[in-house]
Amino acid sequence: MTAQAQFSGGFDNAPVQSSHAFRAAMNVMARPGEIRTLAGAQPPAPLSVAAGTLLLTLCDPDTKVCLAGELDTDAVRRWLTFHTGAPFTDAAQADFVVGAWQALLPIGQYRIGTAEYPDRSATLIVECDGLSAQGAQLSGPGIRDTARLSLPDIPALQANAALYPLGCDFFFTSGATVAALPRSTQISAEV
Amino acid sequence: MSDYNFAYLDEQTKRMIRRAILKGLAVPGYQVPFASREMPMPYGWGTGGVQVSAATLTPEDTFKVIDQGADDTTNAVSIRKFFENTAGVATTEETEKATVIQTRHRIPEAELTEDQILVYQVPIPEPLRFLEPRETETRKMHALEEYGLMHVKLYEDISQHGAISTSYAHPVRVSGRYVMDPSPIPKFDNPKLEMDAIQLFGAGREQRIYAVPPHTKVVSLDFEDYPFEATKADHPCDLCGAEDSYLDELIMDDAGNRMFVCSDTDYCRSRRAAGHEGRLAKEDAA
Repeated sequence: MTAQAQFSGGFDNAPVQSSHAFRAAMNVMARPGEIRTLAGAQPPAPLSVAAGTLLLTLCDPDTKVCLAGELDTDAVRRWLTFHTGAPFTDAAQADFVVGAWQALLPIGQYRIGTAEYPDRSATLIVECDGLSAQGAQLSGPGIRDTARLSLPDIPALQANAALYPLGCDFFFTSGATVAALPRSTQISAEV
Repeated sequence: MSDYNFAYLDEQTKRMIRRAILKGLAVPGYQVPFASREMPMPYGWGTGGVQVSAATLTPEDTFKVIDQGADDTTNAVSIRKFFENTAGVATTEETEKATVIQTRHRIPEAELTEDQILVYQVPIPEPLRFLEPRETETRKMHALEEYGLMHVKLYEDISQHGAISTSYAHPVRVSGRYVMDPSPIPKFDNPKLEMDAIQLFGAGREQRIYAVPPHTKVVSLDFEDYPFEATKADHPCDLCGAEDSYLDELIMDDAGNRMFVCSDTDYCRSRRAAGHEGRLAKEDAA
């Protein structure tokens, strides 16, 4: 990786671009199943635009990040370190975990919070090949009746939801699009 | 635009608040601790709401602030000016035109839409605080879903007064799990907590953020034989004649004359503009 690539690709105007990025992230987290555009950063491959933008918006020296599988490259590490200063850590301690679904397994290894502090849990950013409003049926807070979202693994996510109010929260990213699945969402297999 | 960073707060503070908001949305009704900052206004003036608004606003937003329903009180005017100066956002008094609404102690009468965000200023976020002063204990009670004490309090109200005597900040159960203080809104507003907009709650002095996503089940605590009632003064508004809005009672003179007016000033104004008239509308114009 050239120094040029390491230093570029961040926000040109951090206050404004991160406010737009956060609005998209908040809207999808508040409305599970909804798919929104999330762009602004140009992270090095294989990190997607949406995942890179999300990391720049939410991570800083206070958050421990774990890169899983193929995403754990020198280029990604150096880019994230330069733009966020976030320390890298292992799966069991991470606040944010990024990776493809297969590389993230098993889901049980991440922090799920404690009974007194359920917010002290990991947020997983799952890189997907595509996002679409079909597949698993979602219901719960943020959803009027039901919603649908293409989920990578229904049983594992149902097991996470069963831990409520503990559990991990998920962002799904693909290209410049994002969707989310908080632990509060009930999931049923497609019918 | 000023020399401040966009929306006053530095980016690292905003990231910390944003992470708290996301966890709050993921666990509706649970109070997420956050590192509340000193703001250029005293605690009790909405510093929690201001910090949540600052982390939420984008330059394209239209911002509205209400204090007890009114756009023109000191608190509302100064917070609106604060964000005009530090974020350069457009502001409005019209509920329909606003994208982010910061509120103290009311939910607007007009139904909010999917595209709006309601930010509450919260003084005491812990609904169990007046029953149990220790944070370690209330936290355990929430963890164990142990809300018997709250039901005993409501029961004692009924045995002493014949009815549940809380007229504001009536506790609610969010999504069947956490008991939450809806901030000191009148219980008339409680049924509106199930809405299309995102609701964010910020308590600056107490350093807590919590949230209710759209379409979340919010149930006001009650008993089968003493069901929850959303009450208001039994009058129409004396200015606009509205029968369905929450009213403030104003003493007019020493002779005991009084009038009732909508607490939501924008709702009252828009009704009067549409030609509705209440009992004292003519006098008011004179």
